[in-house]
Amino acid sequence: MPTIATLKKGQRAIIKEFSVEVVPLKLLEMGCLPGNEVALVQTAPFQDPLYININGSHLAIRKETAANIEIELL
Amino acid sequence: MARQINVALIGNPNTGKTSVFNRLTGLNQKVGNYPGITVEKKQGVCKLDRGLKAHIIDLPGTYSLNASSVDENVVIELLLNKNDKDYPDVAVVVADVENLKRNLLLFTQIKDLGIPTVLAINMADRMKRKAISLDIEALEKQLETKIALVSSRKNEGFGYLKELITDYNLLSTKPCLNASSIAPEYFDRLRTAFPKQDLYKLWLVITQDVNFGKLDRNELKGVASFQTESESNLKRLQQKETIARYQFINNILKETLTIDTANAKDFQSRLDRILMHKVWGYVIFFGILLLIFQAIFDWSSYPMDFIDSTFASLSEWTKNVMPPGDFTNLIAEGIIPGLGGIVIFIPQIAFLFLFISILEESGYMSRVVFLMDRVMRRFGLSGKSVVPLVSGTACAIPAIMATRNIESWKERLITILVTPFTTCSARLPVYLIIIALVIPEQEILGIFSLQGLTLMFMYMLGFAAAIGSAWLLDKYMKIRSKTFFVIEMPHYKVPLFKNVLITVVEKTKSFVVGAGKIILAISIILWVLASYGPGDFNNAEEIVRTETAGETLTEAEFENKVASFKLENSYIGYMGKAIEPAVRPLGYDWKIGIAIVSSFAAREVFVGTLATIYSVGSEEEETIKNRMAAETNPVLGTPLFNFASGVSLLLFYAFAMQCMSTLAIVKKETNSWKWPMWQLFVMSGIAYIVALAAYQFLK
Repeated sequence: MPTIATLKKGQRAIIKEFSVEVVPLKLLEMGCLPGNEVALVQTAPFQDPLYININGSHLAIRKETAANIEIELL
Repeated sequence: MARQINVALIGNPNTGKTSVFNRLTGLNQKVGNYPGITVEKKQGVCKLDRGLKAHIIDLPGTYSLNASSVDENVVIELLLNKNDKDYPDVAVVVADVENLKRNLLLFTQIKDLGIPTVLAINMADRMKRKAISLDIEALEKQLETKIALVSSRKNEGFGYLKELITDYNLLSTKPCLNASSIAPEYFDRLRTAFPKQDLYKLWLVITQDVNFGKLDRNELKGVASFQTESESNLKRLQQKETIARYQFINNILKETLTIDTANAKDFQSRLDRILMHKVWGYVIFFGILLLIFQAIFDWSSYPMDFIDSTFASLSEWTKNVMPPGDFTNLIAEGIIPGLGGIVIFIPQIAFLFLFISILEESGYMSRVVFLMDRVMRRFGLSGKSVVPLVSGTACAIPAIMATRNIESWKERLITILVTPFTTCSARLPVYLIIIALVIPEQEILGIFSLQGLTLMFMYMLGFAAAIGSAWLLDKYMKIRSKTFFVIEMPHYKVPLFKNVLITVVEKTKSFVVGAGKIILAISIILWVLASYGPGDFNNAEEIVRTETAGETLTEAEFENKVASFKLENSYIGYMGKAIEPAVRPLGYDWKIGIAIVSSFAAREVFVGTLATIYSVGSEEEETIKNRMAAETNPVLGTPLFNFASGVSLLLFYAFAMQCMSTLAIVKKETNSWKWPMWQLFVMSGIAYIVALAAYQFLK
């Protein structure tokens, strides 16, 4: 199952439903919502954390959180 | 008298909210703390038309009303408590034009509280470059509010914003979102149980720990007719609320906001590619760190030398002008050197905050967090620990306060515990004077001064101690805490000079007023203890005369003998003698012992104490350094400050927990005495052992 953690640099995808138990509300409030488009901008050394662009919001999240957010590649 | 209204400035982080605050209030502002917590409270006054005056509070930046930190909680507590004296008559939500969608989430929440709300869209000057166009009129209609397009960079739109604030009672207070639509059945039950309450406020109270006047959570649970939901159900409802709000916002922005992406120049991603590069990113970061250290040590030495000599001549001048006596001595030898000991730190603190605020304002600090997260996590820290650890080189107090945005409690606690190991500016004067005394003035490879390298080594030692102990704590501390990490990568901006200046002035002022008081008080107490004493102290001259009978002494030699006899028999002399057995194995005498004891209040007191101890009794004007170099070990007769005792002192100061203010702040931030006590005993224990080993090995 593809997640944000498996995105490659420059790839874009649509966020699918995810469980509230593992994804903090703050991330949702910053724009990480089901149905929104996400793109991987850059990764830090060791591929973690990830620098993503969700609907124009530039955020950095850790790989472990990213692995909980399922996506559908565009 | 002018009528005053309360205005709350609310907004997401990185929207330039503080710039808007600075534009509205100018330098007419006051920074304090919220009672009981260490969140900064910024307030200011702004004159409006029609004799109205606005009392403006700059609330901590938050992404929403669902608080996840102490800072964010401040916002909710104020907005939910109508009885608070600061409860706003009108709220100004500051939004960044480039992140309008996300910023509007908070706007809808504030408006739903029934507070008249103005929307200030900031950074309007960037619209053209980013090819953003907004239909303000339509947006105002849809959101049922008034909108001011402002640019704090160009100082535009603030007149109109003030007009909107003045006319606050014309604003609609209709909510954006019908709270019940989130979960109709749940809200129906709420309404039946609490018919008199505003449902949205009630919902906020239920979903977070907020003291809401009389109506707190326990009472909610006590109402028999009302069954609250499980925590995960509440979370699901919060998620639903967020989604519903975004739907509302998306529908509005679809008609009012257009961004021509083809025209937008993507400066940010190009700069990111360099600044966050796997190699260049680190090279640039370390380059910047080097520049900061250069400024703190090298550039600030000029104003510091000036301050040093000014206070020395001021003290001399006072002695010449005022009639001799106890009072003159108190001023010339106690108070003036004490004040000098505070003022001398100003250049360094100002330089450090100059850099930190430029890095934060420009948006670069978030990139550093991103680059360092993976590395720091290996040691149980977070990328966000970099900011506290770097700020710790100025002062551990603001640094520990800066840990608040670390989401994981364990990572945050470890950061708090290890930050005092970093070399704060208070250690610097101690290091500088000891290095000047015991490290030879040599150059290595023709460019690097050995003294400078030693200083750099001390800084690296501080970081190594911090990181090493973090690694140990991470290994042995059993705290389960959820780790998540979200950080916004703000757009790059050229820092606003005014904002930087205000930060520098504010931080410097808080040091002078806060730490300065303690330093001055201790300097005066020490001077008194050194200038008076029991018994033999008062017959010093006679005793010395009988002891030296038969020797031929010049007037000056005799005076010196009297002075040193007096010092040994003063109150402080007795105290120093009492602890001498404990510090002798480290290579110190009772004078250094006194300085160490007194610097448990604040490290920088060390140099001031020695200055006081040595200047008492010395007639000619000598610099402290020369005076220290002339000290001899009473047992061995060799210079007291030699390589071994110097290194031992350096190491002691590198590790020991000697700062009352830091202990107080740690108690506040961790809400327990356990952690500050842990720091005090563990750190000072390590310091004693390391200093002991170093002296015994090197002597």
